[in-house]
Amino acid sequence: MTAIELAIGPCLFNWSPEHLTDFYARIADEAPVERVYLGEVVCGKRMPFSDPVWPRVIERLDRAGKTVVLSSLALPATVRERKAMAGLAEAGLPLEFNDMSMLATTEPGPFVAGPFLNVYNEAALGALVRHGASDWCPPVEVPLASIAAVARAHPQVTVELFAFGRLPLALSGRCYHARAHGLSKDSCQFVCEKDPDGMNVATLDKARFLAVNGIQTLSDSCQVVTLGPERLAENGISRLRLSPHTVDMVAVARAYRDLLDGAASEAETEARLTAMNLPGPPCNAALAGEAGWRQVAL
Amino acid sequence: MSLQAETAAPFELVCPAGTPAALRAAVDAGAHAIYCGFNNETNARNFPGLNFSEAEMAKGVDYAHRHGAKVLVAINTFARAGSVEIWQRAVDAAAEAGADALIAADLAVLEHAARHQPGTRLHLSVQAAANTPEAIRFYTETFGVKRVVLPRVLSVEEIARLNREIAVETEVFVFGGLCVMTEGRCALSSHATGKSPNLTGVCSPPDHVAYEENADGTLLARLGGFTIDRFAAGEPAGYPTLCKGQFSAMGKTGYLFEDPVSLNAAALLPALRDAGVTALKIEGRQRGKAYVSSVVRAFRRAVDALARGEPETDLAGELAALAEGGRQTTGAYRKTWR
Repeated sequence: MTAIELAIGPCLFNWSPEHLTDFYARIADEAPVERVYLGEVVCGKRMPFSDPVWPRVIERLDRAGKTVVLSSLALPATVRERKAMAGLAEAGLPLEFNDMSMLATTEPGPFVAGPFLNVYNEAALGALVRHGASDWCPPVEVPLASIAAVARAHPQVTVELFAFGRLPLALSGRCYHARAHGLSKDSCQFVCEKDPDGMNVATLDKARFLAVNGIQTLSDSCQVVTLGPERLAENGISRLRLSPHTVDMVAVARAYRDLLDGAASEAETEARLTAMNLPGPPCNAALAGEAGWRQVAL
Repeated sequence: MSLQAETAAPFELVCPAGTPAALRAAVDAGAHAIYCGFNNETNARNFPGLNFSEAEMAKGVDYAHRHGAKVLVAINTFARAGSVEIWQRAVDAAAEAGADALIAADLAVLEHAARHQPGTRLHLSVQAAANTPEAIRFYTETFGVKRVVLPRVLSVEEIARLNREIAVETEVFVFGGLCVMTEGRCALSSHATGKSPNLTGVCSPPDHVAYEENADGTLLARLGGFTIDRFAAGEPAGYPTLCKGQFSAMGKTGYLFEDPVSLNAAALLPALRDAGVTALKIEGRQRGKAYVSSVVRAFRRAVDALARGEPETDLAGELAALAEGGRQTTGAYRKTWR
């Protein structure tokens, strides 16, 4: 059985250049992860601020021995965004595709099929494998049984499970951060920077429910999947994705490393993670094919 | 003489049918094409009592063809892992029924159709959310897609620009229910209920909806146990579709994502024609045949008037009545919506 890897997913939120620089410096120096995804995934308007940060972050992570992967935008639309995506391969790094646009703009080569691509079954992944997909992170609503079935059909593909973080649920042409502040997307004043884990959205009876991040809607609850290495391997999963939040992600990565190394049990890992300052209550039930906000025994 | 005087319609009018009766009503009302699906999870309006058996589909196609209309079969959900053959069978059954085109989003369905039913035209469903020339090129070059149904994130100006950069037809929604999220890129419903458009062909499913009346007569609407709308006593109660609910954020409560509005782009028909759009789509496969008949008749008159260069005067009022008093929007077609 090959060792199960850990990856830090792309940061979905509008963090300042200083925040990003400090965050990835710590990840490089202290986080026991093999791979780090970088790049703006949610909103192209943030790219002029974060783009200058990446060269030094890449260098630092590379020196620390991490595999760096560049993630594409999930919903490129403007000419500027499309050009940026067409040029993403120029850095010579592995890429994660989060929109089908990438299949036409990039030279065929190995890529990670990201969680924003609609790949729900073995035949769809097969079509992407023929275009070069080497890794697959399933959409967050795909149940574990389906992931396992797809993995069985494609043993050569590395399957990466979205294991930790608020679940990215929806994308829109409209910016809800701007709307909530009485602004439009074009004149947004980058108000999404006020909410580094997303803006909390509650129901009419004040139950926590969702989180808004610009054009993206996430779950309020935080995916916390603590399946041990044997269970993961049984289901064809060979990498876990930890999605960045303001909670101490080095501590999160260490908890998962101990779980994967057999140094901590599933129950111990869950207790350790839920004792942290998570962005929302733990959840995992999408993997059981149930309403995703719940937490169930997997 | 009369043939030459007749101007070609500027648009193909693509109309919904959730039942064989609605299909006949749409054909009789002047639809150029009908879209419909099989009565299983292969289509994105998988509601009980709706949609077509294989035999009904064949009959429906026959009726449409005899009256000069086309049938486009929507097989536009994402196949469940391990059960892809259900979706493949739907593709083959639609082709056997004589469908004029298949509307698909899943790479698995597109690939099966391109390989095994090359004689049947392929349209890319809105659920694929292809909104760039690059994405559209991928689908056209890989699967031979001939038409793309555009996601409702583009303004009319952007649609015009897009049409100049692509070699295939485009189809846009003009009337009916409105997804606020990018179609096919939304799992809100599964987060609340375990069922969603991509997984099971339903959004905010009725078996997860509950209403509760307070002592003061206020009606609360819940989805999956979450209270997402509230109606004063006597106020007509709307359906709690997740993205059209009321939520609270930053200390304010209201329609965070979108007001309970429906799409009406009737006023934009000339602009959409100038933008190079080929087909207009009316949402509403869950609607009854009387509704379908009225909306189709109104739009067909508008399309024909546009072809003759005549102004259409009463369309807006007629359609407003059909929206059952509800408020309407032109959605993303006007850039300010964002």
